[in-house]
Amino acid sequence: MLIIETKNLTYTYPGGIKPSIRDVSLTIEKGEFVILTGPSGCGKTTLCRCFNGLIPHFYAGQLEGELTVAGLQVKEHPIYEMAQRVGLVFQNPENQLFALSVEKDVAFGLENLGMPREEIRKRVDWALQMTGIEELEERAPHELSGGQQQRVAIACVLAMQPDIMVFDEPTSFLDPLGAQKIFEVINELNKKLGVTVILVEHRLDLASKYADHVIIMDEGRIVLNGRPKEIFDSETARLIGVGIPKATQLWQILRENGIKLESIPTSSEEAVRLLREVLKT
Amino acid sequence: MIEVKNVFFTYPTGVEALKGISLSIRNGEFVAIMGQNGAGKTTLVKQFNGLLKPTKGEVLVDGVSTRNISVARLARKVGFVFQNPDHQLFSETVEEEIAFALRNFGFKENTLKKRVTWALNLLDLTEYRKTSPFMLSGGERKRVALASVLAWNPKVVILDEPTIGQDHRQKEILRQFIVQLNAQGKTVVIVTHDVEFVAECSPRVVLMAQGQIVADGDAKRILTDPNVALQASIVPPQITQVFLGLTDLGLSTDVIDVSEATKVLLEYLEGGNR
Repeated sequence: MLIIETKNLTYTYPGGIKPSIRDVSLTIEKGEFVILTGPSGCGKTTLCRCFNGLIPHFYAGQLEGELTVAGLQVKEHPIYEMAQRVGLVFQNPENQLFALSVEKDVAFGLENLGMPREEIRKRVDWALQMTGIEELEERAPHELSGGQQQRVAIACVLAMQPDIMVFDEPTSFLDPLGAQKIFEVINELNKKLGVTVILVEHRLDLASKYADHVIIMDEGRIVLNGRPKEIFDSETARLIGVGIPKATQLWQILRENGIKLESIPTSSEEAVRLLREVLKT
Repeated sequence: MIEVKNVFFTYPTGVEALKGISLSIRNGEFVAIMGQNGAGKTTLVKQFNGLLKPTKGEVLVDGVSTRNISVARLARKVGFVFQNPDHQLFSETVEEEIAFALRNFGFKENTLKKRVTWALNLLDLTEYRKTSPFMLSGGERKRVALASVLAWNPKVVILDEPTIGQDHRQKEILRQFIVQLNAQGKTVVIVTHDVEFVAECSPRVVLMAQGQIVADGDAKRILTDPNVALQASIVPPQITQVFLGLTDLGLSTDVIDVSEATKVLLEYLEGGNR
């Protein structure tokens, strides 16, 4: 089932000279784990803002083309309605958290929707449990580590029980282990709850193994769209300078040297398995 | 250039962030300070430019203790580029931003103009001369922050997490830029947890965990030692991980980049076929 469909989507910010995204046509299936990547300024964040209606409702500007998200025509539904379907987690949790306790921050979105108190209680507990931060409930978000803060930010969005969660470079402020933990939380939401995940990410070394769909943008357009293995092997990915995983690069260079692995690795674990077969014989 | 002598530092909140750090950085060195979030990396480099003073112990910069010199005077020697450019930028145009510190240091107006033009050019920002820094992308704002520090030509440049929010191509440009600065004799200190970036730059690595230095040496030795990585909670580069998974085949594990990996694998296969 399609959960996001765009046709020839083109958008120009107010006062902008040229469109930030052009002719974007894509489909995303319900339950997919999508990585959206491409050079800085390629339109990734702009596209994400379309998914939850920030564009056109908040940013105004000129939006052309068709945009259907979770069965709704985004142009005809206000942000508060879209926000219940599509959650957005920012790069820097500091820009998102503001309350004096984790619990209050997570409850905030639900209170705004005027949800009954018992339902809020239930959802907050559930969101904290899913992100593994029950013990932080009473703590002040600004006293937490970056990784903990990002989990709080995810819990805030999760509590709304959206169909789609968009993560805009959620780990760039974290160390590699912290990043890995966040990716695992996101993966769990995707696999266990069936939440459709759109992850905007540069660090493909860390994230690729979770994805089943990769979209690469450049200068406002989609240039590649498909399964990770096919995408990372394409010449285009190399040309526009996307940081394809080192394990995939190794596979490419080995192939140029006449050594063929059975499939294309995107993670170190896969590379180990594939190399082992070749090295043993 | 920088000499840290048994430094302890406790924040007013009671958090003991540095616990007995001793370290010397020579003039012209390129050092990456690595470690988990909260390991004390940023606290340590803030001692280098006197933003923080040791609770116990001493930091000497160019032979002078940071206790005996003002932060403003020290800044001439040690330039600091913050992790989040928004903590640093405030002017209405990029040009003004870069001129600000120069004016504070008392540069004459025509020297100042030349320096600004030079720095804009150096970081490929000339087209944004009259633009507000806040209209720029995150990556561009980081370049403005860097330009504003390089403009006064400090001997030491400290970059706190320079690769955050930078795409693959910008990282490559940044890498070349840092290597170039270093080749021109500047002492460069970066604070980072981007292991792939460090693997590509190969600086000296100082690894921190819980307020202490747990390893110090060249990038290859530190990043490929699984015990060291575990101790400081860093994840080795992806290529190293591959080789750590193949140790039983007798392959060496001190491999950090793709071309080296290819060489090792090809040699192994040739040896096996003979």
